[in-house]
This record gives sequence, C-alpha cells and structure tokens, in this order.
Amino acid sequence: MPILANYLIASGLLFATGLGVVMLRRSIIVIFMGLELMLNAANLSLVAFSRYGLVSGHQNYNAQILVFFIISVAAAEVAVGLAIIVSLYRARQTTHVEDLDTLKF
Amino acid sequence: MLLAAFWFFATLMLLFGVSVVLLRNPVSCAMSLVMSFICLAALYVTLDATFIGVIQVLVYAGAVMVLFLFIIMLLDLREEKSRRLNFGVTLGGVLVVAAFLSIMTQVILSTPAFAIPTPTIAGPQLSDVKMIGMTLFHSFRLPFEVIGVLLLSATVGVVVLSRRTLR
Repeated sequence: MPILANYLIASGLLFATGLGVVMLRRSIIVIFMGLELMLNAANLSLVAFSRYGLVSGHQNYNAQILVFFIISVAAAEVAVGLAIIVSLYRARQTTHVEDLDTLKF
Repeated sequence: MLLAAFWFFATLMLLFGVSVVLLRNPVSCAMSLVMSFICLAALYVTLDATFIGVIQVLVYAGAVMVLFLFIIMLLDLREEKSRRLNFGVTLGGVLVVAAFLSIMTQVILSTPAFAIPTPTIAGPQLSDVKMIGMTLFHSFRLPFEVIGVLLLSATVGVVVLSRRTLR
C-alpha cells in the first residue's frame, strides 16, 4: 500500500510540471493548460488527505466536497479565460506572450 | 496491487505532464494533458474517491479539454515558431521549479506525520455518491448555491466578452 508521502510527492511533482509550463512556455493557451495542471495537483493532495485522515472510520468527505467546488470554479475560470484569449486574439492577432507587452513597465 | 497501480498511473501522469512542457504543437499539448487528467482520475480511484474520479473524467478530460481544443482550432494555432530562446528567462524558470521541488521534497520527507500507511475504512463501505450528496446538501448548502450563481455569472460574462471586440 502506498503511504501518504507518495501521493503528496506525486502531487508536488505535478504542481512543479504545471509551474514549469507557466514559466517556460510562451503560448498563452499552453500557459493556461499549465494553470489547470497546478489546480489538479492541489486536488490530488486534497483527495489523498481525505483518504488518509479518516473521520470516525470513514473518509473525510469535506475534502472531496472542496475538490468538487474547485473543479466547478476551474470550469468557470476556463470558460472566462478562453473568452478573454479569443477577444485578445481578435484585437492583436497573436497568442504569443512576448508580443503582448502593453502593460510592461 | 494498489501500490503497483499507484506507481503505474503516477509515472504515466507525470510523463504526460512533462510532455506538455516539451511538445511544440498546442494540439499535442492538449491531448497529453487529457491523458494526464485520465491518469489522475485513476489515482483518485486508487484513493477510494470514485465519484471525484468520474467527475474528473467528465468535467476535465471531457468538457474543459474539449473547450481548449475548440479554441485552439478556432484560432488556428500552428506549431510555435522557434524563436530565439531567451536564456535568462529559461534559466530563471528552471531555477524556480528546481527550488520549489527541492523544498517540497524536503518538507514532505522530513514530516513523520506524512509517512503513515493507508488506514482501513471501518465498517461497511458506504456508497461514495451517497455520502458526498449527504455532505453537500447537509453542510454545504450555501456554498452550493453560490457556485450556481458563479457559473451563471461566468456564462453571462463569456457571452458579453465574446460579443464585444476589444479596441
């Protein structure tokens, strides 16, 4: 049986992958995919804590409800974010972050 | 058995995650992200969270990634032209990720509370969906309503954003 630390390290590695996508890629859509990876890493550690921290002999279902809420917020966030990307593309004809430097100091 | 499933799916999930960083074509990135999410759903099932696993496949691997692929095809994104790689930025990114990884591993491995084996669930295994439904509608009624409002406002926001063109 895997121990809790196994799951936590897998979740941390997934978060690091998402962070790597955000830091290293230059296409705004792929950066957005990296954000999704990081959200899912948080969900994995929540579910692991729910399974390993039993409440009166059963899984802690509050953690799973929190994961459920995170998934629905993430779905809303993806819809709004992709709409912003589409209107940005219509205005600038690019999805490359280095071309979008209007707010750069 | 469970240990073998954990290692198999965790490795597969991380491999597909790393290929999101490495592949150049956005469609391949999206497809490997879908595979990564499906392996993550399998990990949820090894943690006895079947409902969350099903939701993960339906919402993430289904709805969200279809939306991503739809936008990629709508904008007709091709492979990224390999521009001159900014060495400083790349080095900074790798450094930040490496620092995060080393600190995280150190903290997790040095905490004895995280080295516990899987506790056995006492009594009869209750239906996962039933327990989640009970918890959701007993203790989290208000947040549930708020999520409904959030989804509605997101829908309206998306419609407004896509009707109006930015300057």
